[in-house]
Amino acid sequence: MPSPIVFDASRLAVVEEKVKARFGDRLLAHIPHPYYHQFTVDAQDAKGLVAFLRDDAELAFSYFIDLTCADYLKFPDRPSERFAVVTTLLSPKLGVKVQVKAMVSEQDPRIDSIADLFAGANWTEREVFDLYGIEFTGHPNLQRILMPDDYDGHPLRKDYPLRGRGERGNFPVYHAVPMDKAPNRPD
Amino acid sequence: MYSYEQEVVEQADNIVHMNVGPSHPAMHGTLRVKMQVKGERVIKCDQEIGFLHTGFEKLGENRSYNQFVTLSDRLNYFSPLNNNIGFTVAVEEMLGIEPPRRCQVIRTILCELSRLADHSLCVGALAMDLGAFSSILWTFVEREKLYDVFEAVTGTRLTTSYTRVGGIAFDVPEGFEQRVTAILDSMDRTLGVLRDSFYKNRIFIDRTQGIGVITPEDVLAYGITGPMARASNVAYDMRKFRPYLIYRELDFQVPTYAEGDCMARFKVRIDEMAESIKLVRQGLKLLEPGPIQYQDQKRTLPDKVSTYRDMESLIHHFKIIMPGEEHGLHPAVGEYYGSTEAPNGELGFFLVSDGSGNPYRVRIRPPSFINYPVFPKLLEGAMLADLVAILASFNVIAGELDR
Repeated sequence: MPSPIVFDASRLAVVEEKVKARFGDRLLAHIPHPYYHQFTVDAQDAKGLVAFLRDDAELAFSYFIDLTCADYLKFPDRPSERFAVVTTLLSPKLGVKVQVKAMVSEQDPRIDSIADLFAGANWTEREVFDLYGIEFTGHPNLQRILMPDDYDGHPLRKDYPLRGRGERGNFPVYHAVPMDKAPNRPD
Repeated sequence: MYSYEQEVVEQADNIVHMNVGPSHPAMHGTLRVKMQVKGERVIKCDQEIGFLHTGFEKLGENRSYNQFVTLSDRLNYFSPLNNNIGFTVAVEEMLGIEPPRRCQVIRTILCELSRLADHSLCVGALAMDLGAFSSILWTFVEREKLYDVFEAVTGTRLTTSYTRVGGIAFDVPEGFEQRVTAILDSMDRTLGVLRDSFYKNRIFIDRTQGIGVITPEDVLAYGITGPMARASNVAYDMRKFRPYLIYRELDFQVPTYAEGDCMARFKVRIDEMAESIKLVRQGLKLLEPGPIQYQDQKRTLPDKVSTYRDMESLIHHFKIIMPGEEHGLHPAVGEYYGSTEAPNGELGFFLVSDGSGNPYRVRIRPPSFINYPVFPKLLEGAMLADLVAILASFNVIAGELDR
């Protein structure tokens, strides 16, 4: 029986040191949490950082945990860009988690897909595309996943109203054409 | 896209398009699977989800932290207590408060009882889907007894909404320990019956052994957690990785299997139930009288009895419940990812706070949503009848899959 993966706080420093040595001034922010560290980068550096974390022999962040997004449109202390795509990874070797936060601009909501690095990112990226409208370049099948295919808009954006596009009364009502007014069928 | 030429080619090859779900007894909720079948072999498989999309994350941005607990019931509706506790633990870690000892012990006991209820349903349903109908009756009897306990403790059977930030809604009723101990004894017997009936059952082994094998590499790449990961030899359990509540003091094992097939997932769940029984027994010994709420009335709801009886508690109650700048719970501006071990795997909450009474963003990391995408990979090349066995061993819950 393999021994369980156990959190090891002392290894967080190793991650911080290696990421800072490699990405240096390209890191926009670094926030240490008790159980994981969060690194903020620009959208174009995100895939490089994720690939570095996964492929570095010492770090080996090979366990995909989560990929999600946040919209900072109405945030009081608004960050540099509107959206942030947040990827969480775990290293079974070190026993620590790490979060990569990629800032994505409002004008060009586009970021490189990591579905080729982590198969689990396929659905989570589709979900972010569906609910936030962020395009993942290089994604194998970028379609809506939770909302219907013909849905208009991205519901989790902060400028999307809570009640959506309204309820039944807000939509036009179509009546069946009465029989005597129905056009003749072309036979 | 349909084309006549393609259909001619497919008919010549005997390829049949087949659709199962979203409303089908074997699909456990509202899952839809589209397949191309050649004879009894599945050659291509495609999933469709989202039929139960409710918008919990959008709703959560417009509810206060205590109100979100009721939404968390509806995620994995077979173990609502785990969701309640998981969310509250994440919020408490973000706020930096630690509830008193008795509250933590009660939460741990209820977490494990809820895990027992969830696993017993999954194990029974897996065997039932493969034709052994009695199994679900045996496990349902135990689950009903557990639900009676949940009703006695929380007041409801399904939508428990038991936790509050910094505590729990009510203390456990009198006679709780005796009732739980009696259930654990009969649960132990049922586990023995399940082991006797299925571990050496030729029919069951033929349907599950070597079927739907997940490799450890796939577990890591897909991010599969919980019993499914542990059945594929990845010993990742949040209770060991980062012991929350009182798990650090309790003695338990993380059962793993190397095979990664449906049988291993079945056995892992049964072993985990045995571990949960051990954990509850240990937890009951640690249950001592004491307060059940965090002793800071600015941040914790006072208990209901004192709200009705004394003026001060009533004021504190209103100060917490009322929306606005001066009232309610206001975590500092920041972000936090907190996760706990739900019956299906890691249940994470990524919370962003803008300093107001409502969370700015609540991301739910549901175990089912992350576990389910690997399904076509297992089914392609397998027999059509394996669909039922593989899907039942996943224990995908539509409530947390679609949120």
